Amino acid sequence: MKQRAAVLGTGQTQHRSKRADVSIAGLCREAIDRALADACLTGDQIDAVVLGKAPDLFEGVMMPELYLADALGAVGKPLLRVHTAGSVGGATGLVAASLIQAGVHRRVLAVAFEKQSESNAMWALSISPPFSMPVLAGAGGYFAPHIRSYIRRSGAPAHIGAMVAAKDRRNGARNPCAHLRQADMTMEKVLASPMLWDPVRYDETCPSSDGACAVVIGDQAAAEASGQPVAWIRGTAMRTEPTMFSGKDHVNPRAGYDCAQALWAAAGISSPVDQIDAAEIYVPFSWFEPMWLENLGFAEPGGGWRLTESGDTEITGQIPVNPSGGVLSSNPIGASGLLRFAESAMQVTGKAGEHQVAGARTALGHAYGGGSQYFSMWVVGDTPD
Amino acid sequence: MSQPSGPQTALHAVLEISFDYTRSLGPTLGAFMTALADRRILGARASDGSVHAPPFEYDPVTAAPPEELVEVGPGGTVTSWSWLPAPQEGQPLDVPFGWALIKLDGADTAMLHAVDAGSAAAMRTGMRVRPRWSGRRGSGITDIECFEPGEPPASGTVSTAGTVSTADAATVAMLTMPITLSYEHTVSPGESSFLLALAEGRLIGQRCPACQKVYIPPRGACPVDGVPTQDEVQLPDTGIVTTFCVVNVPFHGQQVPVPYVAASVLLDGADIAFQHLILGCDPNEVKMGMRVKAVWKPREEWETSLRNIEYFEPAGGPDAPYESYAHHL
Amino acid sequence: MSDVAVIGFAQAPAERHSAATTNGVEMLVPIFHEVFAATGLTKDDIGFWCSGSSDYLAGRAFSFVSAVDAIGAFPPVMESHVEQDGAWALYEAWLKVLTGEAEIALAYGFGKASAGNLHRLLALQLDPYLLAPLWPDAVSVAALSARAGLDAGRWSEQDMAQVAARSWACARGNPRALPPVDAEASVEELLSRPYLAEPLREHDCAPVTDGAAVVILAAGDRARELCERPAWITGFEHRVDSAALGARDLSVCASAASAGQAAGARRAEVAELHAQFTHEEIIVRQALELGDDVVVNPSGGALTGNPMFAAGLARIGSAAAQIMSGRADVALGHAASGPALQQNLVCVMEGR
Repeated sequence: MKQRAAVLGTGQTQHRSKRADVSIAGLCREAIDRALADACLTGDQIDAVVLGKAPDLFEGVMMPELYLADALGAVGKPLLRVHTAGSVGGATGLVAASLIQAGVHRRVLAVAFEKQSESNAMWALSISPPFSMPVLAGAGGYFAPHIRSYIRRSGAPAHIGAMVAAKDRRNGARNPCAHLRQADMTMEKVLASPMLWDPVRYDETCPSSDGACAVVIGDQAAAEASGQPVAWIRGTAMRTEPTMFSGKDHVNPRAGYDCAQALWAAAGISSPVDQIDAAEIYVPFSWFEPMWLENLGFAEPGGGWRLTESGDTEITGQIPVNPSGGVLSSNPIGASGLLRFAESAMQVTGKAGEHQVAGARTALGHAYGGGSQYFSMWVVGDTPD
Repeated sequence: MSQPSGPQTALHAVLEISFDYTRSLGPTLGAFMTALADRRILGARASDGSVHAPPFEYDPVTAAPPEELVEVGPGGTVTSWSWLPAPQEGQPLDVPFGWALIKLDGADTAMLHAVDAGSAAAMRTGMRVRPRWSGRRGSGITDIECFEPGEPPASGTVSTAGTVSTADAATVAMLTMPITLSYEHTVSPGESSFLLALAEGRLIGQRCPACQKVYIPPRGACPVDGVPTQDEVQLPDTGIVTTFCVVNVPFHGQQVPVPYVAASVLLDGADIAFQHLILGCDPNEVKMGMRVKAVWKPREEWETSLRNIEYFEPAGGPDAPYESYAHHL
Repeated sequence: MSDVAVIGFAQAPAERHSAATTNGVEMLVPIFHEVFAATGLTKDDIGFWCSGSSDYLAGRAFSFVSAVDAIGAFPPVMESHVEQDGAWALYEAWLKVLTGEAEIALAYGFGKASAGNLHRLLALQLDPYLLAPLWPDAVSVAALSARAGLDAGRWSEQDMAQVAARSWACARGNPRALPPVDAEASVEELLSRPYLAEPLREHDCAPVTDGAAVVILAAGDRARELCERPAWITGFEHRVDSAALGARDLSVCASAASAGQAAGARRAEVAELHAQFTHEEIIVRQALELGDDVVVNPSGGALTGNPMFAAGLARIGSAAAQIMSGRADVALGHAASGPALQQNLVCVMEGR
């Protein structure tokens, strides 16, 4: 019933704090052209387009997929627009995969972008409606208290967040598209950076980036006709829970846990830490690496930080996390999730270049959004099963 | 302690959102806007040979960028129009005017702009119009204030400029687009009763009839059970900090000076924490599990807002044991 | 392709100015209750949820997030959201049923258009460089399309007024439509009234409306168990046109035509069309090649209640209701999005 689907090609922009050289359409097109070239396809071979991005208020364009229809090559075709908060890039990949898995289309283009320099995300995320108490200070202000809870609950040493940040920035230096490329970043430098939302330091937070990502997904026939390595989609999962409710576990949210369990079952994985060769996990604040390692089942609750501390999440470690540099090196919000998905595909097709994990055959792409409440994940591999 | 809530009137107030967006233009739009500043209008030649004015960034058929930009107009012909008797904020004219699709001379597609024709009776499909340039240069599409009936001056009627290379340096590369929108923000009946109680110095939560959890502020529906909460529960203005962060980063729109402590405050008797400020002590003294009490604004400043509590401050006494609030983290 | 059917539909009463919040919860809770009661389902039976709404309609980022409170989404649910009309959420839900990941899926849409200045706001859907800075309002943009058809001889202002009069007459049988302002007005009387944006008069424009809608899908035998006469989906297609208004012939609609052709629109006996202006009903009717014998908008259509981001989904639900109640054998629901009918979706359903 469910058709096989595979990533035929990926493309991403040069991520920067300001891509002042392009329009919104130009930003998207840069990623699309690279994805089509990577897949050795032309736009007329695409059956449908799925666009994802985070809040329309970030660019001040309502439903920008409408204005972008021509630039996306979508005129005369189906065009869907996904928005599931920060997980949207991942959800975009999953909707595009569904179009193939449902047997509706043969080749679908997923595109996700954010041009954060058009406005200011912190402003958009901190609009205080009437009657409310203006306490929140952007995403950092929202997540920092939950990071404090994680540290308290797990007993993790205070330097773990800095270790993650230094690793991801060094990995970013291996990625030609990354926004931040800091080959000489060290834990000490991170620890010396200003405290923004205590316990979160400046270098432990993601940058604000302009960027886009595009992924071409095809059916089995399209994959077999492609004549080059493809990333087979072995399993997908998505889960949602409310932002706030009595008993919500903000550190180890049930939605993320359930999503991961469903994902591993779908992909036939019984021991993620042994069977996943590379993981691209949505880590906008460094401490979320150990938190998500636990949530995803790579480690027992309270044990994620030990994987980080032992170096197992380094590009040469047992479970390399974010060899691309991750969200900590590039964060075009709406595209960040699709970048995780695309990078996982690049790993299993051997196309990751300088940040290739040696011998990667099975990889995870992960995204989350809202108040740790929207989760989207996939597992890709170099063979269909 | 518990009483059914009566019929409620939902509170509402104006919510205004305003931001000056910065738009980088890229090569094609940059060339178009730069030409406008030079009082010329460019179109783009499409893969089928037709000329699109304004230019497309990506060909509607091939999705490729235009290979050449060509000068069109300035005269044009109205292909469709409407008449707006009551102009709105931000539109090109503040007197009644026509919106029109205008096919500029030499172009195969039309551009949308305003026509200052005086009255609807002066408008018709097929009418000839010419641009009226605004006093500003480099403001983008509004460099054309509007179009007006009539032929362009003779010097402008002959389109001899030929092609303009897209490689020309774009001197207009960035535009600012101010967007201000006004909304009526309405709160739910449950939150209204919470806010009305706050105006009297009381803290009201609501108990979910299914799971019995006390929510403050009350929600439109219990997020776990999807049913409206009903029974009101009055709560004290004391509680504990479950977790918190110290905000050191200033940002656009910020309303509290840094540094400040943003905390999840769990009131005694509540089953969910809400966000509030902890002041009245050094930020370094704030701890998880610390007992806090509300510091209210002077009674004469009370309104229907949680702002009536200016902040929470340490209440003294032993901290709550971690196990007692761990399930709220 | 697997058999998937609409088995449930509910919509909130259309209101010109609802007291509800912009997060939709107060409008959604009662209709979830209604549709669950009618189908005998509970939230635990829903394998996939998908919603459609707009942050800009609500005036803040992530406005859809609170709407999941209406679900009671714990334990966590499989859920997604489109920044489009709920009709596209239904399309995503349909995909999930086709893949077998869900046996029963629920799509909802909600919008409180009265919270802001809707027609001004919609200028932000236009090209952000070339058009939005001029703030063309949605009624004026629609008027350019109406004029194009008048000039081309495709319809007359009389034809447009007849669409309005017929819609309000039909809405008398629909308790969820807006209460009419003047249901008895004749076509002649309507035509004597002033223009809002010539050539459009007030009766040509859908009223600003608040509301919500929900549709439930089920696969194969589950659908037969849950519903006496499921509305089986035989064609579900959508297309988008160029955003360049001046490069399109606004008196026709290519995307509706191609979606309709792919979905088998010509089979329909009854059609619920998401026409937000009178002339748009004529355009879509022509694009879908619906014959004169096809009953259009027996609910009154969007002209008598157009809750943004729910109205398209409500058209599909209303069309499905025609089948579920046995009044029709083949029905069509249509949704539109964007300026001048830029994006169109067609869902053809049949009773068996």
